[in-house]
Amino acid sequence: MAKSNQTLETLLEQQYEHGFVTDIESDTLPPGLNEDTIRTISAKKNEPSFMLDWRLKAYEYWRHLSEPHWAHLKYTPIDYQSLSYYSAPKKQNLKDLSEVDPKLIETYNKLGIPLKEQEWLAGVAVDAVFDSVSVATTFKDKLSELGIIFCSFSDAVQQHPELVQQYLGSVVPYTDNFFAALNAAVFSDGSFVYVPPGVRCPMELSTYFRINARSTGQFERTLIIADKGAYVSYLEGCTAPQRDENQLHAAVVELVALEKAQIKYSTVQNWYPGDENGVGGIYNFVTKRGECRGPHAKISWTQVETGSAITWKYPSVILKGDYSIGEFYSVALTNHHQQADTGTKMVHIGKHTKSTVIAKGISAGFAQNTYRGLVKVVAQAEDARNYTQCDSLLMGNHCGAHTFPYIEIKNNHARIEHEASTSKISEDQLFYLAQRGIDTENAVSMIVNGFCKEVMKTLPMEFAVEARKLLGLSLEGAIG
Amino acid sequence: MLKIHQLHASIEDKEILKGVDLTIQPGEVHAIMGPNGSGKSTLANVLAGHKDYQITKGTIQYHNQDLLALSPDGRAHLGVFLSFQYPVEIPGVSNLYLLKSALNAKRKYSGLEEIDAIDFLAVVREKMKLLHMDDSYLYRDVNTGFSGGEKKRNEILQLLLLEPSLCILDETDSGLDIDALRIVAQGINFLRNSNRSILLITHYQRLLDYIQPDVVHILSEGKIVAQGDYRLAMSLEAEGYEPFLRKKAGGAS
Repeated sequence: MAKSNQTLETLLEQQYEHGFVTDIESDTLPPGLNEDTIRTISAKKNEPSFMLDWRLKAYEYWRHLSEPHWAHLKYTPIDYQSLSYYSAPKKQNLKDLSEVDPKLIETYNKLGIPLKEQEWLAGVAVDAVFDSVSVATTFKDKLSELGIIFCSFSDAVQQHPELVQQYLGSVVPYTDNFFAALNAAVFSDGSFVYVPPGVRCPMELSTYFRINARSTGQFERTLIIADKGAYVSYLEGCTAPQRDENQLHAAVVELVALEKAQIKYSTVQNWYPGDENGVGGIYNFVTKRGECRGPHAKISWTQVETGSAITWKYPSVILKGDYSIGEFYSVALTNHHQQADTGTKMVHIGKHTKSTVIAKGISAGFAQNTYRGLVKVVAQAEDARNYTQCDSLLMGNHCGAHTFPYIEIKNNHARIEHEASTSKISEDQLFYLAQRGIDTENAVSMIVNGFCKEVMKTLPMEFAVEARKLLGLSLEGAIG
Repeated sequence: MLKIHQLHASIEDKEILKGVDLTIQPGEVHAIMGPNGSGKSTLANVLAGHKDYQITKGTIQYHNQDLLALSPDGRAHLGVFLSFQYPVEIPGVSNLYLLKSALNAKRKYSGLEEIDAIDFLAVVREKMKLLHMDDSYLYRDVNTGFSGGEKKRNEILQLLLLEPSLCILDETDSGLDIDALRIVAQGINFLRNSNRSILLITHYQRLLDYIQPDVVHILSEGKIVAQGDYRLAMSLEAEGYEPFLRKKAGGAS
């Protein structure tokens, strides 16, 4: 018994693999947030006036809001005036990879991010966001042959202002919530994707985010538009270097799927979760939403959340078009003192709309893991269907799993199913696998990956391998 | 060689094994029989290293190593295999994945390279043929929704695949119909050789019709009360446990 506890402790003590800081000169604004900060950010980015106006309106709105506290989360208050709102590696406007700071390349290599020829072989185009500015975008040419735009948000503002103006804030307006308003005011960069009518994007589009400059809030903004009949699969993966201070991350992702378009958005989130005593770690307050704007549109979210000290995230789908489909597949894993309050909103507005929610929560150590989900069916949404399945797996006796399903149905013909379960990793399973020569670490990984199978199988292949490894690495928990 | 000496084991402070002595030589098949609650499954679990049991006294030597000092997976690597009476279900994990992981864990311990998916399929299919199992077993979740007989067959498949040196079969015959019993027994007999020790735990003599043991032990109230060859099992079938229990009670008074 003592021996098995020891093994588990060793596993729990595993160091965060991606904890290192790259020493690159940053162009960083002094801490503080006021109108001038926003004007400076906008000017640094050489933005057209519609962007500055929008940012200022968002800031004005945000100033009158207070931070929301309805989530099942506890954290020390964030001092928004103590954060710096802009940080960019100094060298910019690079033509190709040879111009990229070698230290940055080294960082990417340590993270195992392929930034050169491997990408082409893997069929992945990478738009790498290092701190707040995109420094490298690949395969733009290949994509542009098909009319696909895949670039940094800043580039999109310069080169495709009409698309940005048309769609920015159309799914997540700056009035949406406190963090969305803050993001709208100060967001530094992110990714932009536009897939023209009838085009099927031939590769998985991928962005790696990385927080690096000390005490710099990260405010990414991503906008993806799939025009009529288009298809795109987008991968987002995050890792962050280890540090002691909490860092705020308030991203916004907007997806627009027009008639018969499909967007598949997959995330593996591995921000620094804090140490085993709950010191440090990223505060992750994210607003992600997609809108099925035309009939037969489809949006799928898949997320594997293993990082961050605090996660506040509800990737949602507004099902406006008739026959549109929304999906949410989630694995949220919390260990030590991590807290996650995550789930989804499925809003059925069109007729014959359908949504599926599969959420798997895993808690270990002293972690708290909350599923919060809304299924809403408005009066005119005839024949709406939802299936929700919500499973929790507990490891040890000090963690918590909570489920808050909200169901608002205004149409009598809606068919809504909700299933929930809570289980513990059983000693019998661990003993059985040990008897077959499989050590505790691998046994736990096997059981948990089995528990998450329905979600993992929705991830694109190369991402699934990474995610599997991540679960194995970060979730062996307190058993026994 | 397995050598159990004066083994005392408890669960939740209740003593179940009260001084078991047992020696099994390589190549031998031993059967342990006894009424319900006599400690048969406890012995199997203690050999495999289940942590709910406390060893209060005694030793277990296997290949000159102190088995009690090893973790359950350490014992498995040493060649100890327990075919469970009630194999657990592991939802979401395919049987194929478990089988391959188990074989690779063993290979890694022996300093061999991991077997790749294609070679593995060839190996496992050959074993499955012996047990009249079809490919669908590979793609189902481990024991999930398996019938009692399917679970037992799956245990024997793992046994054939891992080729352990000490096979402990805990009531493998229960839940099997007569045809399945014959197939499973064939699988076990297939493994019988001069280097391998087999310990059969069973209530009934019928398994022993197919796998003839070298030694039969009768376990009662945590102690071995009688030993003999396979004819002992036959007399048990005829007379029941009663005479042996009486004998033991008489000896104690």
